[in-house]
Amino acid sequence: MGKPSAQRREIAFVVNGEPTTVTAFPMERLLDVLRRDLGLTGAKEGCGEGECGSCSVLMDGALVNSCLVPVAQAAGVNIVTIEGLAANSSLHVLQETFLAYGAAQCGICTPGMILAASHLLDKTPSPTLANIREALAGNLCRCTGYMQIFRAVAEAARRRAAP
Amino acid sequence: MPVKGVQGDDILDQKHIVGTSVPRKEGRDKVTGRARYVDDMVLPGMIYGATVRSTISRGRIKAIRFDPGIEWSEFVVVTAKDIPGKNRVALILDDQPCLAEDTVNHPEEPILLLAHSNPHLLPKAVQGVSIEYEELPAVYTIEESERQAEIIWGTDNTFKTYLVEKGDVDAVWDKADYIVEGEYTTGAQEQLYIENNGVIAKFDPADGVTIWGSLQCPYYVHKALLSLFNLPEEKVRVVQTETGGAFGGKEEYPSMIAGHAALLAMKSGRPVKIVYDRAEDMVATTKRHPSRTRHRTAVSKDGRILGGEIDFTIDGGAYATLSSVVLSRGTIHAGGPYNWPTVRIRAKAVATNAPPQGAFRGFGAPQSLFAMERHIEKIAKVVGLSSIEIRRRNFLETGSSTTTEQTLRDPMNLGQLLDAALESAGYREKKIRFAAENKLGKRKRGMGIAAFLHGAGFTGSGERYLNSLVGVEGRADGSVCILVSSTEFGQGTNTVLCQIVAETLGLPYEHIAIAQPDTTVVPNSGPTVASRTVMIVGKLVQSAAVGLRQTLMDGGLSPEHTPEQFQAACREYVESHGPLRCYARYQEPPGVHWDDQKYRGEAYAAFAWAVYVAEVSVDLTTYQVSVKDFVALQEVGKVLHPVLAEGQITGGVAQGIGFALYEKVVWRNGRMLNGQMTNYIMPTSADLPPIRVFFQEMGNVHGAFGAKGIGELPMDGPAPAIANAIEEALGVPIDSIPVLPEDIFEALAHDEPLAAPISAPRTAL
Repeated sequence: MGKPSAQRREIAFVVNGEPTTVTAFPMERLLDVLRRDLGLTGAKEGCGEGECGSCSVLMDGALVNSCLVPVAQAAGVNIVTIEGLAANSSLHVLQETFLAYGAAQCGICTPGMILAASHLLDKTPSPTLANIREALAGNLCRCTGYMQIFRAVAEAARRRAAP
Repeated sequence: MPVKGVQGDDILDQKHIVGTSVPRKEGRDKVTGRARYVDDMVLPGMIYGATVRSTISRGRIKAIRFDPGIEWSEFVVVTAKDIPGKNRVALILDDQPCLAEDTVNHPEEPILLLAHSNPHLLPKAVQGVSIEYEELPAVYTIEESERQAEIIWGTDNTFKTYLVEKGDVDAVWDKADYIVEGEYTTGAQEQLYIENNGVIAKFDPADGVTIWGSLQCPYYVHKALLSLFNLPEEKVRVVQTETGGAFGGKEEYPSMIAGHAALLAMKSGRPVKIVYDRAEDMVATTKRHPSRTRHRTAVSKDGRILGGEIDFTIDGGAYATLSSVVLSRGTIHAGGPYNWPTVRIRAKAVATNAPPQGAFRGFGAPQSLFAMERHIEKIAKVVGLSSIEIRRRNFLETGSSTTTEQTLRDPMNLGQLLDAALESAGYREKKIRFAAENKLGKRKRGMGIAAFLHGAGFTGSGERYLNSLVGVEGRADGSVCILVSSTEFGQGTNTVLCQIVAETLGLPYEHIAIAQPDTTVVPNSGPTVASRTVMIVGKLVQSAAVGLRQTLMDGGLSPEHTPEQFQAACREYVESHGPLRCYARYQEPPGVHWDDQKYRGEAYAAFAWAVYVAEVSVDLTTYQVSVKDFVALQEVGKVLHPVLAEGQITGGVAQGIGFALYEKVVWRNGRMLNGQMTNYIMPTSADLPPIRVFFQEMGNVHGAFGAKGIGELPMDGPAPAIANAIEEALGVPIDSIPVLPEDIFEALAHDEPLAAPISAPRTAL
């Protein structure tokens, strides 16, 4: 994390449905801008090199490690963080099932894990266990051994499929 | 038999709260991203700290130079000279400096601190401090340390030794039909909590030091800062923030980083945040102690252990820190769940010039139990019986005496656990099938077993010394709040303690809260370690809750009250008398005898028992081992929260699989070379087998509602079960972990006829 070069500039994007403009160095990490400038601290830094997935956010529907994304690349995109996953004060179905099935222990990987799971369910509404394992392989959890997470994701898919 | 699997959708029992899977207390904040970890906090005027560390293993500091190209007047610089009190991280022996003064004893030892309002300027500034050393010879392995060619700590490089002697082991060798010897080693393991170590410190000349941090033991940090700053107790305040995993890795190290941030805060007059990045956390902070265990066992021809000698040695790194305590637990668990008529256990923790090793889930037991469960397989091969039968013939049972001569009084039945685990794993059918299938093809499969135990709570006299105090407060709104320094870091402290109080008082779970651990608010209920929270602290919380109700009944509350009447009585009490707090302090149960000198007596109030079965597959093209199925069956007393309890087991098993197969710390001259998640590999969602968890409840009188400790147990069994399964698949012994593909390749390249007895069978005298 060296000192970003060049000049600060205005970069506009949509975060959790809100049009937002930040003034930042273009090569600053999206993760830092979200956390420091926008107060969206749900994205966490676990490793700073794209291995752990704790900083996962959705950019135009794609799952990215925000520690690897220069904020300049976020210009004009639609970003969803954990804070914007559920509408109003209700919980997203994945948040409900993570809670019910013990899929969040220490909670530090949870925002990224839930976003990775939500990305999976958007692409594959009825995932197999193998689909779930593969989709979450970029998000490390040291607490659960993943078993409860698999159940929570499978149950969320079932609930979404139910009328 | 009362063995039950766990499902995520347990239906809540209407009558009981204990035993049901209520929602995690802080769960909603965690799934919505609202939970506040220390790096999510920003204080007004806060600046950022960084640490200049030793680049060598051992030497004298000759000069410190500052790069003239950096504007140092903008930085806050702290050295050992700035420490107002004692330059030690107070813990047990107080041998570790907070900042090195004249000498360094390991790579990455902290020497100097920097702070600046712009965190981006810190890495270059750290590089801009150059330290000139006179290097001294260093030692890096247990064997080098034992040789004592260089004395790097004390007079003999030895932090601590224990000697356990039960009976006259010297008399046993002549009676043996077989004498079986073996040596087993385990590597270092990084805790790898996903949230790195971090704190924020504030200093005020009037109020003293305040710390907010990711930590397990607020009162450990409190004690360390008192002596570092030479302040009275009320001038140090430690607050635990939401903690993103710990596993022992935030037991002692937070005292160091809190000291650093507080020194910078004192010198700068501003709040200071230090949050390590992953590389710094991995290379500079504690890990699981590497170990070497040697067994020499006298066995009868019918497979009974007659006695033996166990030498257990751990590598503690450069300073004593917690090594004596880790060694203690490893020593007491070294005999496994077996009956030793006579035994001599010699244990020692030695110094090397590496960063101090520390607490990690299991705390010495995974090391010595790996050795025991490998050695029992070797005994089976020498005797010519199945390892199942050997285990069965030697299992401890109610009434048995352990290696420390503790008589087991609680109901237990390891044979039954073994049967149930084998049945759940489909062991017998698979064993036969794999033996046939392994004759063909490049994929070899095997089944492996581990039987083990884990003692709950502090060892021996430890709980008496801790003298834990807990409080329960009835509040003006009629709710009840638990006051403990026991911390939540994922394992479920908040939830289970609230369940215990709700059940005790007959109140809804939602009416019970738990205070944020803050040393100005909560009493010292002891550290959150050693699988002690539910069993020891839970029981105390239960008695404090009973005391609270008694106080209200003394004030007129009917014994047959409803929750509404309880709440009304609580409100009225607070209105007319002020705060309503009841406390409970630990009292040693009667009949507990422990001799610290002879290391003999009641080592633990209760043991949890387990049998794990691993199924592995080894690909002889890539030499990769994968675990295909894993059965974890345990007896942990009453399961208070099935979902959380299962989560403890699956998480521990996953860490155990990593310990066995993936997580290799690569050392060079005392420094970890692979300090990244890219090259230190923990299991991902794609790597793990189904982990199938079963609990047996046999009743226990020690903990709240009959609970025993659970958190560390699952770390003990996976590695030996997997090594045993690999041996079965390949026919080569795996006596050293972690075992990576290159190690499997090596083992097969040196494949020799397996397990010739160390001594030829002899006729019994």
